[in-house]
Amino acid sequence: MKRNVVGAHYGLRDWLAQRITAVVMAVYSGIVVVVLMIGQPIGYAVWRDLFAQGWMRVATLLFAASVAWHMWVGVRDILMDYVKPTGARLSAQVLVLLVIAGYLGWTVQILWR
Amino acid sequence: MAYSAAKKPRPKYLSLPALLFEIRLPLAGWVSILHRASGALLFLSTLWLLFMLDRSLASPRGFDFVRHYLGLVPVKLALLVLVWAYCHHFCAGIRFLLLDLHKGIDKARARASSIAVLIASLALTVFFGARLW
Repeated sequence: MKRNVVGAHYGLRDWLAQRITAVVMAVYSGIVVVVLMIGQPIGYAVWRDLFAQGWMRVATLLFAASVAWHMWVGVRDILMDYVKPTGARLSAQVLVLLVIAGYLGWTVQILWR
Repeated sequence: MAYSAAKKPRPKYLSLPALLFEIRLPLAGWVSILHRASGALLFLSTLWLLFMLDRSLASPRGFDFVRHYLGLVPVKLALLVLVWAYCHHFCAGIRFLLLDLHKGIDKARARASSIAVLIASLALTVFFGARLW
């Protein structure tokens, strides 16, 4: 069977992942907006203490993981639409994956400094 | 075969004047392409946002630096664009989720919801922008 190595992998998984990660991000966005709006004015101490709490770190990590997966599916779709030569597309996809992995690693480092 | 992803050429009617003056995107099309553009922008801007989160949490001096940095007008404008991108991506995404559930797929309601997305994302941008400014 002839398959395109930079194709869509012929599955429902990415489509579903895009929607589930979207819901996770929407819930986190709502929580952060509420916390920031009803809380005290943001100074360094308030800001640091917010991200020092366990639930906030875990919630932010779940958000970051959702962003990473969501970004991968979304940017890959854009590349599949506009970059047709297989070599260029594969190179761009690898670059995007490395950037996303870097984002995620940096986020973990920021949260658990 | 360099272009293996493109199976066969299709007939096209896409002259430049046609693109500029004859072919108009419906509102749902604008919501869709702006969803894509805002998503790409957010992907690229994450580097900048992570930089600010990193500095602001690193030390009191880092926090003051970010506060001062965000006070600069060009930086505020750039952040405002990202606030819009997030709000638009958020609202358009919820519309797409509802379309997936077969809610509002008839022409009239799909058009109404696309107008609602464009207006709601601008209104949210104004709201958050006013609080940030």
